[in-house]
Amino acid sequence: MAIHPRARDFPQSEFLGPIPDESEITAGTRIVPGRSYGFFTDTTRCIGCKACESACKQWNALPADNMALTGDSYDNTGALSASTWRHVSFIEMIGSGDARATEMAPYQSNWLMMSDVCKHCHNAPCLEACPTGALFRTEFDTVVVQQDICNGCGYCVPACPFGVVDLSAVDGKAHKCTLCYDRLKGGLEPACAKACPTDSIQFGEIGDLQESAHRRVEELHARGVSSAYLYGAPGTPGATGDLGHLNAFFLLTQRPEVYNLPPAPTRASRRTAPSLLSGLATVAGLAAAAMVLLRGRA
Amino acid sequence: MGSNMAENHPIAFRHVLQAKDHGATIVHADPRFTRTSAMADIYAPVRAGSDIAFLGGVIRYILENDLWFRDYALNYTNIATIIEAGFKDAEADGLFSGWNDKTRSYKVDTWQYEGEEIPSSLSEHLPSTTPERREHAKRLSEAPPPSDLTLQHPNCVYQIMKRHYARYTPEMVERVTGCPRDVFVKVCEAWAKNSGRERTGVVCYAVGWTHHSTGVQMIRAAAIIQSLLGNVGRPGGGIISLRGHSTIQGSTDVPTLYDMLPSYLPQPNAHMPHATLADYLKAETTDTGWWHNLPKYMVSLLKAWYGEAATEANQYGYEWVPKIVGDHSMLPMTVAMRDGLIRGMYVLGQNPVIGGSNADMVQRALAKLEWLVVRDFMESDTASFWRNGRLVQKGELRSEDIGTEIFLLPSSLAGEKPGTYTNTHRLVQWHDKVVEAPGDSRSESWFVYHLARRLKAMHAESTQARDAPIQAITLDYHLEGEYDDPSADDILKEMNGWTVADRKQVADYKALKDDGSTACGVWTYSGVYPSEDHNASRSRVPDAPDGPGTHLGWAFAWPSNRRTLCNRASADPDGKPWSERKKLVWWDAGARKWIGRDVPDFSETTPPDYQPDYTKKPKGMEALDGRSPFIMIADGKAAVFAPSGLKDGPLPTHYEPVDSPVHNPLYAQQDNPVVKKWLRPDNRYHEIGDPRFPHVMTTYRVTEHQSGGGSTRGVPILAELQPEQFCEIPTELAAELDIGNTDWIVVSTLRGEVESKALVTDRLRPFEIDGKRVYQIGMPYHFGWQGFAVGDVANALTAVVADPNSSMHENKAFTCALRKGRVQPGDE
Repeated sequence: MAIHPRARDFPQSEFLGPIPDESEITAGTRIVPGRSYGFFTDTTRCIGCKACESACKQWNALPADNMALTGDSYDNTGALSASTWRHVSFIEMIGSGDARATEMAPYQSNWLMMSDVCKHCHNAPCLEACPTGALFRTEFDTVVVQQDICNGCGYCVPACPFGVVDLSAVDGKAHKCTLCYDRLKGGLEPACAKACPTDSIQFGEIGDLQESAHRRVEELHARGVSSAYLYGAPGTPGATGDLGHLNAFFLLTQRPEVYNLPPAPTRASRRTAPSLLSGLATVAGLAAAAMVLLRGRA
Repeated sequence: MGSNMAENHPIAFRHVLQAKDHGATIVHADPRFTRTSAMADIYAPVRAGSDIAFLGGVIRYILENDLWFRDYALNYTNIATIIEAGFKDAEADGLFSGWNDKTRSYKVDTWQYEGEEIPSSLSEHLPSTTPERREHAKRLSEAPPPSDLTLQHPNCVYQIMKRHYARYTPEMVERVTGCPRDVFVKVCEAWAKNSGRERTGVVCYAVGWTHHSTGVQMIRAAAIIQSLLGNVGRPGGGIISLRGHSTIQGSTDVPTLYDMLPSYLPQPNAHMPHATLADYLKAETTDTGWWHNLPKYMVSLLKAWYGEAATEANQYGYEWVPKIVGDHSMLPMTVAMRDGLIRGMYVLGQNPVIGGSNADMVQRALAKLEWLVVRDFMESDTASFWRNGRLVQKGELRSEDIGTEIFLLPSSLAGEKPGTYTNTHRLVQWHDKVVEAPGDSRSESWFVYHLARRLKAMHAESTQARDAPIQAITLDYHLEGEYDDPSADDILKEMNGWTVADRKQVADYKALKDDGSTACGVWTYSGVYPSEDHNASRSRVPDAPDGPGTHLGWAFAWPSNRRTLCNRASADPDGKPWSERKKLVWWDAGARKWIGRDVPDFSETTPPDYQPDYTKKPKGMEALDGRSPFIMIADGKAAVFAPSGLKDGPLPTHYEPVDSPVHNPLYAQQDNPVVKKWLRPDNRYHEIGDPRFPHVMTTYRVTEHQSGGGSTRGVPILAELQPEQFCEIPTELAAELDIGNTDWIVVSTLRGEVESKALVTDRLRPFEIDGKRVYQIGMPYHFGWQGFAVGDVANALTAVVADPNSSMHENKAFTCALRKGRVQPGDE
């Protein structure tokens, strides 16, 4: 991001207090309630430093939860969970034997790195599944769980097509990324995006992010990376099954499954009618079969 | 090359990605395919320790194909300079002229310019020539360096270099480094293309180059390439030394190094003609170039240290400065401790039982001390070695047998104290104290100040001569806060310097004098606090979005707030920018001075066509012509050939690491002829190609931990990201040894045995070295027994062996054995 003119308003190392609307300087966006905010995670810029993971845990006071070597490349986190809201996955595609890579197309690393996060879906299935109203849509168009209302029923967990929401073993309640709701209220960019040194994670207004993401795809195509595409922007993979679009969306260069993303996620509620009907049909079938059997015995 | 920038300097790597956005080609040459390789356009695999063979190959490629930037190199380097007729290149034997087999050292008489004596630009300026030659040779103030601009003279540097690097063909590069020749040639093409008026290229290196017995020469090889391509002193050029810890550049400038006084002044040495201040100044002051100013900096330093006690009559207290008597760097110090020659040690900001070479020897050395003071923010491995260290756990040391008295003092962290950071870009940036440190934690300056104050009080009444230095030392700082912290502002003011009579801050180092009228603690930093209420390091004014992009209002870059060193070279010999695109500073003929987007690094008003008048025996900057951008070097020209200052040759030459799987394919000389070895039963080296130790090991760091791990392994949310020790093994080797991913493995050398889990990966690949299959494996060196992320100590494998110039160890390249399983008790 270019230097924001307001950066020149703070000419000393020491500040007298918090900088008002700091996100304008760090992310180029002033945070205003009533508008939609999200993340654009550009995997072609990710260097796998995990600054997002640790910044997230530090700001949100989340505990360490996995103290063992997984052997899965440099990924010792494994998955998103109630206490891990950013997860960087590492996918080695160096090639083997003499076919190991030495020359790579621009931004085609052969060692894919991707920082996964809650998608803050436009039509959020977790929110639809929540019976208590603990999950709600904020004034920034993000999806947040209120643990003081959550009763730990866990309906949101299978409702999420991305496997993001998780119940905590400590308090039994649902936890996930809040898109730093508290920081947004204070005019601050979310912790992960601010910590990202390469702008792989960009925070901003959804419209702006989608526009710059499309530009980035075009730019990559022009540089010969024809495999680059968006996941979760309107009309792209990931924004399927009535989800509308994802407020946290991605730029990918391999099939979604390679990154452990569903190729065509859907809302759980869309499956309600078919599953109800098939359930009723099963019951009817069983009842019919029972009647036949019982009649036979009689 | 020699750096894993994305992993170890992720924030600086932001700029690499921005360059990539603008179309830059990124090349990464490394033994392992890392997170940096993952962002590169070309990845060149090279065996650890073979870098000079690779870089020598690049030099040959540039010279043979005439791809060097002629207008730049002919004017700004010593490529046309004629070397003594007696100079003999390192041919088949691998040794240069001047070699003495008995002393295993060089006399550099024949490396000098024909008939002239050339002082080194390093902090040891006096060249190691014979006294006879020194007497007869001319000085640079008497005549210009002899040169042949047609480059035909057989002993001009160009011809010598061409002959020296002729053997570094792409085929030879492949044979020595294992890098496929077509990949190597692509790297050469990409590098050479980014040269000339319109384009530049930059080299980033880190401890992947310094941690070798030939580390200094690796960096020199890069300097030669960059000088030939015209990539020094220009925007987008240079050699970036990525520093490994926060403010380690600062600790080099205000040195924690045993052989330097602040700002690269040589430490007085008992074996040099340094007996008195006059002797020292005579030996170390160069006739020509900026170092001619050395007496001003030395006398001002003594005035800052000893204040009123420093007078002309007592040589400004020069004799109170301790003289070194040999190599007092960390490696020989460890050996001396082991042998019971050192009684006590302070450890500040270090974790030597993890980071030190031959880590078991380090533990045994600490166990010999009477006392050990460790300052850290948690109980580090070094502080706890006596109760749960590697050797205690293995039963090789017993706690009750260790007599060392250990003092663990809690230290504060960066946000708990004010001060400055100086990092890679020489930018001195102030940071403020934001919270009080918890409990008894104190800052380093508090500790050092109050220790000195108490020592001073203890010795106040002494009449012994040996106590005179502590009696004379000034400790003149305001005390602040509840715990009497010495004012960080006052310390920075002292580094900046002042005039003694009125104690007014000096504007910069040009105001310093050699007559005792000025005091200055760190001359290169002079200008950082130019007046009583102006701390330039606090400034945070970036350039506006429209440029110029040098950000002169952001903190203070030493020297003189200059962002690019040697930037006279950004203009052509006539003083005009090489191109509009690569404009930085230039000569304004109307105003008759150098101007531009950066602070010019040259005599402000010396025109490009200036020629020294040798009839007047010009000194200092007057002896350099208007086309000499490298003002810290005695002749003002980049030394592609180094006549002085290096102990192992004027041109980088490939020698194998001390532990090597192969005979040196290039020369009969196997390893660096001047390498420092400490061969002893507890520090053995491997024979060439020892079949017991067939694999090449490299140690390294990962993003998730800091060096010895003291500051990260105890932080849960960092510890979980890389939770335990691992060893990266190429798939082919793992298959040969039946090692599965996350299986336990044992790595061993004659120094020690280490166990860890295996991380089997295609990111490491087998090498074909001199017709032999050689496997490169690797292991991070962060781990130890303290904190949450624990694991065996990789440095238990490494040896005490050092580069002759810098005394830096060789932990980046050695040989080892690898087997599946775990360490059994009594294995070694």
